[in-house]
Amino acid sequence: MTITRVTRRGLLRTGAVAGAGLALPTYLRAQESGFTNAPTGDTVTLGFNVPQTGPYADEGADELRAFELAVEHLNGGGDGGMLQTFSEKNLDGTGILGKRVEFVTGDTQTKSDAARAAAQSMIQKDGAIMISGGSSSGVAVAVQDLCQQAGVIFMAGLTHSNDTTGKDKKANGFRHFFNAYMSAAALAPVLESLYGTDRKAYHLTADYTWGWTQQESIQAATEALGWETVQNVLTPLAATDFSSYIAPVLQSGADVLVLNHYGGNMVNSLTNAVQFGLREAEANGKQFEIVVPLYSELMARGAGENIRGIPGSQNWDWKIENQLGDRYKGTNAFVKSFGEKYGFPPSQAAHTCYAQTLLYADAVTRAGSFNPCAVVEALEDFEFDGLGNGPTLYRGADHQCFKDVVVVRGKENPENEFDLVEIVEVTPTEAVTYDAEHPMFAGGNLGSCNPGA
Amino acid sequence: MEAIILQTLNGLDKGSAYALIALGLTLIFGTLGVVNFAHGALFMIGAFCAVTLQRILSASFVTLDETRTDFLGNPMKVETPYVEAWFGPELGGSIIEWSVPLAILFSIPIMAAIGIAMERGLIKHFYKRPHADQILVTFGLAIVLQEIVKHFYGANPIPTPAPDALTGSYDFGVLLGFDPNVIIYPYWRLVYFAFAALVIGAVFAFLQFTTFGMVVRAGMADRETVGLLGINIDRRFTIMFALAACVAGLAGVMYAPINSPNYHMGMDFLVLSFVVVVVGGMGSLPGAVLAGFLLGILESFASMTQVIALIPGINQIVIYVVAIIVLLTRPRGLMGRKGVMED
Amino acid sequence: MLGLGKKDTLLLLLVTALTLCAPFLLNPFPVNGGLAQFNAGYPDLMQRFVIFGIFAIGFNILFGLTGYLSFGHAAFLGAGSYAAVWMFKLLSMNVLPAILLSVVIAGIFALMIGYISLRRSGIYFSILTLAFAQMSFALAYSVLTPITNGETGLQVTLSDPRILGVTANADGSIPVTHLFGIEMRATEVLRMGAWEFQFSAGYYLCAVMMLLAFYLAIRIFRSPFGMMLRAVKSNQQRLYYTGVNARPYTLAAFVISGMYAGLAGGLLAAMDPLAGAERMQWTASGEVVLMTILGGAGTLIGPVLGAGVIKYFENIFSKLNENVLHGWFAFLPDGIEDVLVAVIYPFVGKGWHLTLGLMFMAVVIFLPGGLVEGGQRITRLFRRGRSPEAQRRRTPAE
Repeated sequence: MTITRVTRRGLLRTGAVAGAGLALPTYLRAQESGFTNAPTGDTVTLGFNVPQTGPYADEGADELRAFELAVEHLNGGGDGGMLQTFSEKNLDGTGILGKRVEFVTGDTQTKSDAARAAAQSMIQKDGAIMISGGSSSGVAVAVQDLCQQAGVIFMAGLTHSNDTTGKDKKANGFRHFFNAYMSAAALAPVLESLYGTDRKAYHLTADYTWGWTQQESIQAATEALGWETVQNVLTPLAATDFSSYIAPVLQSGADVLVLNHYGGNMVNSLTNAVQFGLREAEANGKQFEIVVPLYSELMARGAGENIRGIPGSQNWDWKIENQLGDRYKGTNAFVKSFGEKYGFPPSQAAHTCYAQTLLYADAVTRAGSFNPCAVVEALEDFEFDGLGNGPTLYRGADHQCFKDVVVVRGKENPENEFDLVEIVEVTPTEAVTYDAEHPMFAGGNLGSCNPGA
Repeated sequence: MEAIILQTLNGLDKGSAYALIALGLTLIFGTLGVVNFAHGALFMIGAFCAVTLQRILSASFVTLDETRTDFLGNPMKVETPYVEAWFGPELGGSIIEWSVPLAILFSIPIMAAIGIAMERGLIKHFYKRPHADQILVTFGLAIVLQEIVKHFYGANPIPTPAPDALTGSYDFGVLLGFDPNVIIYPYWRLVYFAFAALVIGAVFAFLQFTTFGMVVRAGMADRETVGLLGINIDRRFTIMFALAACVAGLAGVMYAPINSPNYHMGMDFLVLSFVVVVVGGMGSLPGAVLAGFLLGILESFASMTQVIALIPGINQIVIYVVAIIVLLTRPRGLMGRKGVMED
Repeated sequence: MLGLGKKDTLLLLLVTALTLCAPFLLNPFPVNGGLAQFNAGYPDLMQRFVIFGIFAIGFNILFGLTGYLSFGHAAFLGAGSYAAVWMFKLLSMNVLPAILLSVVIAGIFALMIGYISLRRSGIYFSILTLAFAQMSFALAYSVLTPITNGETGLQVTLSDPRILGVTANADGSIPVTHLFGIEMRATEVLRMGAWEFQFSAGYYLCAVMMLLAFYLAIRIFRSPFGMMLRAVKSNQQRLYYTGVNARPYTLAAFVISGMYAGLAGGLLAAMDPLAGAERMQWTASGEVVLMTILGGAGTLIGPVLGAGVIKYFENIFSKLNENVLHGWFAFLPDGIEDVLVAVIYPFVGKGWHLTLGLMFMAVVIFLPGGLVEGGQRITRLFRRGRSPEAQRRRTPAE
């Protein structure tokens, strides 16, 4: 039985009564209702599929915190968080369409297979009507594909590869998080103002799909500035010591090192690069620089002092409303309710998961139905505001959110472990928007929405 | 030329870690005949000894600074480490900074205790059991140890920097007559290499020049005969296990500044360390060390861009390719002895 | 019956009955009750139980009989999966050709790796297989991406040719896997009072495959070939001195177990058309080793049990979160409830690995022959009172 903490006692009693007496299923199969897992009782079940074991477990834990908070707010608990600032006012704390929200959790292990197994169990066993979460693109694409086949909605968590809403986009899947192309487009103007147009870049790239799309995007964006790409070296995913990749960098004639790494890879490659003195070095008569296109708070914490001064991009930062004003309203409301509940500010992964849950709930409410096809219709080309990123568009052509991108830099003197980055600039939506048929995103096909029947 | 020198240095450095882990593993294989899948976990625990000492030394008390506010608008909590309060920020700061080298002393008794507890409590009962059972039980133990560490320290890597005096890098190129900035190498990695050489030397000396070591070597060569001679091999086994645990732990402690430790770093090294041991040859300590350095150097060379351009993907698989070639040309690895773990 | 002895026939009948009734047996708790979390009778998990059962049965033919410990069997499972998905992409969504091809490909792959690896024995053999599997994994994840689709995994898409099928359905969706029109994902739901049982077409296909695989394994265990393999395990030297070359036998066992792995991989893809590189990683190879030892290496039913237990932990225990625990203990006073939750929580949900590790240790310490030995001890306990003779006659596990 899946029970939210807020009112678990009351519910348990009802649950026990229902279990003993009536045999009313809480959800119906697709054959019976026209779509998979149609909720019939007074509750609706969402599935939160996050890494709970393996290297991304801490990020998964933060996502789970955000999901729990979102469910609490949807059910009218807590202070309501971003429900107050959200531009749509359909959600009134009575759950979704009057049904109280319950949730089940699963462990993706950051492996496609395990993630699909966990999602399957939520769909087949617990009657989940929507799956969300995840912290890597491989998993996101795999689970999105599964949700498409099973006929439920997938609201992607942290996934940054272009493919999620490009080559591998699916009608039932939606991504709020930004992507590699946007990172590169957002970073380019900042890199230009920081380091000029005459630079030679050396890329170290994680040797898998996300790494390649990240590298391709940033190379294109920096070359457009006039930078030269000296070398791109692919590093094995399993690598832990990057010394043999870092050591030749200085001799290569490059004066910028771009680390297209994420997670443990990024922590290690950056630590190694700093060990080899790249941050203090000079090359071509200029100060040598390091760039990490995709930042995350947890990686920053893992890399410690090594991130000082190193630029990168983020989907969102918890300080953004304080520093850049009202455009990013919602941020403070979310940080306040998250911080008061858990004692520290939320990560961008937490933020995107919270926002995705609210967006889903709102779409269902506007559509007046849990039917995935109705939800897809409600989300496509949906414009909203007040979820912390400023005005945002959920584009219908590829189910990608378009919004401002935050460019950050490692802080020189952080006050605590949650305050490791400072916001350098925000690149406006227009600068990061691309055509849905852009070559880096081509080759995919949304297909038609699948309600599972 | 510079590139080759640089990659050789890298290889020696990588190799030091491999050699240290493989050395411990071979001690357990060779003397006790146990396949220890928890060896990677011992390496990880070593690294977390450094993390723990860093935490202990920077244990702080909290004061409220009313002039500043935190992200929720409450008064800012300022943490001051006790050592800084006691010894002043200067001395206190540098004590915290030196926590990794200090952790060497801290870790030896801990690792020895863990080693003894493991051997007496668990491994001892598995000497006569099939290797499959040994694998299952030590793998289970490795998972349990990992999860305990994860419970207390989380899954995220924890930065454990080397002391300031030992960060930065040394310009080797100038020494060898190259231009400045061509061959530079981080101090801490040089320290790691020297440290590994020291530990390996000490272990060999111990086995070579002490009576204890002599008996152990005899036991490795022919366990039954040594037992028949009436020598109590049991107690020596315990000590050998503790020694192996210490070697793995020390490798871990010193590795902490190179890569921020995380709870599954042991598993990352586990497969590799088995490959190293087997390439070196079962039951051969010099073989393990040799294979460690050899694979480290080859791995570094394989990651050179020129090599990758020649054979794409070679950097992903070089270790395994070498392992296959060695095992097919030399049936018992580089220096393996006949009859050890061949059935 | 079917060329089996009385005991083996009984065992086969028992396994058949258990497999066919699994949808009932695995869903013993009412759907709305607090214990419903422990229900495992949903299609995906039931499929995994039998598929990994096949994998473990095959592995056991090699390891249990010959004693050769392969640490790279996941490579064959992965190769099988890739082969099957490619069939779905190129030929048709019918599972039969896909499964056939996956068995064949895995067999060829096993022949190549086995031929080289079996030149060595003991741990040298283990490391050779490990090296091959890790190479396959690393290459599939990176350089071979055009064939394997790397990190994301190989999927069926709307632009695949599928010469004998349709590229896309009329409504714009991707066609689903089927066996001559029976969709693999088709599931009948039976509701009986508070209980719910799911009967999935895919599961029954896997179940039939597993029963065939199991039957074949019994035959191999009992055949002269099986005896020869056991002789390899007990003393290869002696075999050699009697003028028998053991290599062809071990190689045959290796290839057969590789084909079992390929079948498992093909079925995985048939149930859910995705093939990821992680299926080849050493952790996946290690998993099947653990399944076999946990259940009882060298026994017929042990590996299947081991596979079931590990998959159960992975899929059921990992889903128990704090809320579920609070739900269970909500009837207790708040203080006690919180204490209980605090005590149990580290072992479930994100801590499910810990429970798994502890279980590995407990089984191997207390039940040296694996779970099968546990079963035997219980049976013996029951028989003790009745017939002293039965107690004396200790039968081997298989």
